[in-house]
Amino acid sequence: MVTTAVPVSGTRAALPAARGRAGFGGALRSELTKIRSVRSTYWSLIALVVITIGIGALFAFGQAQNFSQMPPGGQAFERARDISRATEQSLFGLILGQMVIAVLGALAITSEYSTGMIRTSLSVMPRRGVSLAAKAVVFGAIALVVGLVTSFASYFVGQAILSTQHINSTIGQPGVLRAVIGGGLFLAVCGLLSFGLGAVLRHTAGAITASIGLLFVLSILSGFLPHNWAVHIDKWIPFNAGGAIWENQSGTSMFSPWIGFAVFCGYAAIALAAGLILFRRRDA
Amino acid sequence: MIEARGLTKRYGDTLAVDDLSFSVEPGKITGFLGPNGAGKTTSMRLILGLDHPTSGTVAVNGKPFAQLAHPMREVGALLDAKAVHGGRSAHNHLLCLAETNNLPRSKGFSLGMGQRLGIAAALLGDPGILMFDEPVNGLDPEGILWIRNLMKALAAEGRTIFVSSHLMSEMENTADHLLVIGRGRLIADCTVPEFIAANSRQSVRVRTPQPAELSKVVAAAGGTVHEDGDGLMVVQGLGVSQVGDLAFENSVRLHELAPAQASLEQAFMELTASSVQFHAGVPSERDLEPASAGKVA
Repeated sequence: MVTTAVPVSGTRAALPAARGRAGFGGALRSELTKIRSVRSTYWSLIALVVITIGIGALFAFGQAQNFSQMPPGGQAFERARDISRATEQSLFGLILGQMVIAVLGALAITSEYSTGMIRTSLSVMPRRGVSLAAKAVVFGAIALVVGLVTSFASYFVGQAILSTQHINSTIGQPGVLRAVIGGGLFLAVCGLLSFGLGAVLRHTAGAITASIGLLFVLSILSGFLPHNWAVHIDKWIPFNAGGAIWENQSGTSMFSPWIGFAVFCGYAAIALAAGLILFRRRDA
Repeated sequence: MIEARGLTKRYGDTLAVDDLSFSVEPGKITGFLGPNGAGKTTSMRLILGLDHPTSGTVAVNGKPFAQLAHPMREVGALLDAKAVHGGRSAHNHLLCLAETNNLPRSKGFSLGMGQRLGIAAALLGDPGILMFDEPVNGLDPEGILWIRNLMKALAAEGRTIFVSSHLMSEMENTADHLLVIGRGRLIADCTVPEFIAANSRQSVRVRTPQPAELSKVVAAAGGTVHEDGDGLMVVQGLGVSQVGDLAFENSVRLHELAPAQASLEQAFMELTASSVQFHAGVPSERDLEPASAGKVA
């Protein structure tokens, strides 16, 4: 028998007696620790805020410049139209912001697979529904808070720039607050849609490609459809449905803001449900 | 206590685990032995519910693993030391695991090696059952000794230790009990001495200045002889007393006579290399035909 120092004491460590059952509360705390303890979370969120606000500001600046160079007659003619578009113009950064949040949403789940952490996670919390739901809730909550902050900041920065030419909107005007809050909701749901795809595909690159395809490429491709098709299909394109809440979409072929957003949430729900079913059923 | 009943896992055409039934008892180190690809890791994944069995059940302290109130307090597992997010500090890694099972916070982790971090994670919930999959792989001799002593100390505390290895020599030094698996099937469930006794032909070391004479009488009595030079011979098929008596009766001088204990390594090689069937300690007798086992890649 080897007699070198045995690295543990002879008595069992005293842990307080267990009460209840390991469940959702603990899983939530664990997921919060996970997401806040890796750097990629902070980089992605900073990128989200900077890109979204930056592009909104750039659009507003361009608009203000164009307006200032118009002859007074043109300004009088254009002012009302510009004001009606002021809100969405300041929120245009969401078009790229959705892709950043989609990357973060996919990573929230696929990084567990790429690092192998999933096997450790499930061997301490084997109730898979609880595990995945906690992860989705924590990510969704962060995405919503950061999304709302980003959307409001984009709006106010954009309006400050547009106000130099008095072509800005104000938050009290009809539909403006809905659009700005909607921008935050839109980002959160984009992230959750991507999270669901991540749970289905389990690979970072695949999940990001699928999300961007669904959110971005599909909305570009729809532009090539013959007009008589487009009027039926356009509004169902995820970006158009989700965008209805913050974009002043012209034409009667689009959904109203909240109906469109509900359709968008439906897409995310389908992705999340598929992810949950597969997550529970598959070998880890 | 881990109890597997008819545990079977099929991946496509590959039968990774084939109708395994065994139990892993508390207070002992149970070695889980088998060549690479025999199904050790898959069995452990099935115990933890990481993979779903094709058929059969496995219970940990009487329940499926996923139904344990606080899984970390009952089972600590180190399956893959690399199953850690590289961007997360050791402290945060352990913290996020502890939080899932409502374990109290503790501070001041200073763990260097990944293996030790994995073991720390496994020990975090002070579990009664510990599972280690090939824990000494890639460790230096000091690390191997550390883990070996750790497992012995943990078993001495009354815990159930289930450790897999493809290294027979490692099991010989640590395990009290052995489960041997080959091509997904259980081929032995017994103690280490029983395993060696049942799987190695008995041999006797003899040193004599008259090797030719001894060879003749041993062969006449039905034994076989290997000469190792310098008058040292290894006799198989006869006991120590038989060899001694034969020498005495035939006036062959002996300078040395001793039973040669075959090592676990040799016993294992013999078991996996030969087609000799082995059933010692297996509760349900079943035939392990090389042909039927051969359907597995």
